[in-house]
Amino acid sequence: MSETTHAEHPKDYSGAKLGMWLFLFTEVLLFGGLFILYAVYLQRYPEGFKLGGDQLNVWFGGGNTLVLLTSSLSVAMAITALQRGRVRQAANLVGVTVIMALWFLVNKFFEWSAKIHHGIYPSSGHLKEMPGGEQVFFNIYYLTTGLHGIHVLVGMFVMTWVLILIRKGKVNPDDYVTLENAGLYWHLVDLIWIFIFPLYYLIL
Amino acid sequence: MSEHGDKGHIVPYATLVIVWAALLTLTILTVAVSRIDLGILNIWAALGIACSKSVLVISFFMHMKYENRLFKLFLMIALITLATFIGFTFFDVMYR
Repeated sequence: MSETTHAEHPKDYSGAKLGMWLFLFTEVLLFGGLFILYAVYLQRYPEGFKLGGDQLNVWFGGGNTLVLLTSSLSVAMAITALQRGRVRQAANLVGVTVIMALWFLVNKFFEWSAKIHHGIYPSSGHLKEMPGGEQVFFNIYYLTTGLHGIHVLVGMFVMTWVLILIRKGKVNPDDYVTLENAGLYWHLVDLIWIFIFPLYYLIL
Repeated sequence: MSEHGDKGHIVPYATLVIVWAALLTLTILTVAVSRIDLGILNIWAALGIACSKSVLVISFFMHMKYENRLFKLFLMIALITLATFIGFTFFDVMYR
C-alpha cells in the first residue's frame, strides 16, 4: 500500500480496520438474509404486514432511532477527540455511547413487555389465532429485532471494555485502532436499525 | 500528526454534528412520507431514505470517505453480493 508507515507504531492500522470491515460484511449478509425473508413475506402477505406494522409503536421505534443515531455521533466524536489528544473527552463520549446503548435496551424491554403482555410473542396462543400474515410478521419482527438487540448488548459490552482501555491508557492518542474498530461495529448496529425502523414500524 | 497517514483522517466535530442533523432530518422525513399513502412507492421511498442515511453513516461516521481504494473496492464487492442474492431471490419469488 502506498501509505506512509509509522515506524513508531508497529500496529498495521489499515490491516486492522480491513479485518473489521470483512467481519462487518458477514454481518451484512446475515441480516441481509432476514431482510430477504421480510421482503418475500411482505409480497405474500401485504395485508397482514400492514396490520402487524400498525400494532408497533412508532414512538418506541422513533425514539430508539434517535438514541442510536446520537450514540453513533458520540462514538465518532470520541475518535476525533482521541486523535486530537483529548483523552478525558474521548472517555466521556464513549461513556455517552454506553449509556445510549443501555437506554436503547431499556426501551426495547418496555416495548417487548407491552407486546408480550398483550399475548403477542412467538408461538403464543393469541398469535396462533391471528391471521397467517400477522403471525409471520410478528415472528420475523421478534427474530430480527431480537438478533439486533443481541448486537446492541454485545456493542455495549465492547464499548465498556474500550472505555476501560482508555482509562488505563492502553487506548490512547498514539494507539486507538481498538476504539475505531469498536466504533465500526457500533455504526453497523446503527445501520441495521436504519433499515429495521421504516420496514417494521412505518409500514402502512 | 499528519491528517492523511495510515492512522487516518481527523473528521472535525462540526462535520459529524452536521451529518447527525441530516440523519435526524431524514428520520423525520421517512416518518412523514410513511403517513402519506403512495401505494407501492411507500416501500421504495422508505428504502431510498434508508439508503441515503446509510451512505452518510458509512462515509462520515465510519470514515469510508477517507479510506483508501481497497476499502471502497471491498465495500462494493459486499454490496454487489448482497444485491445479487436479493435480486435472484426476487426472480424466483416473482416469476415462480
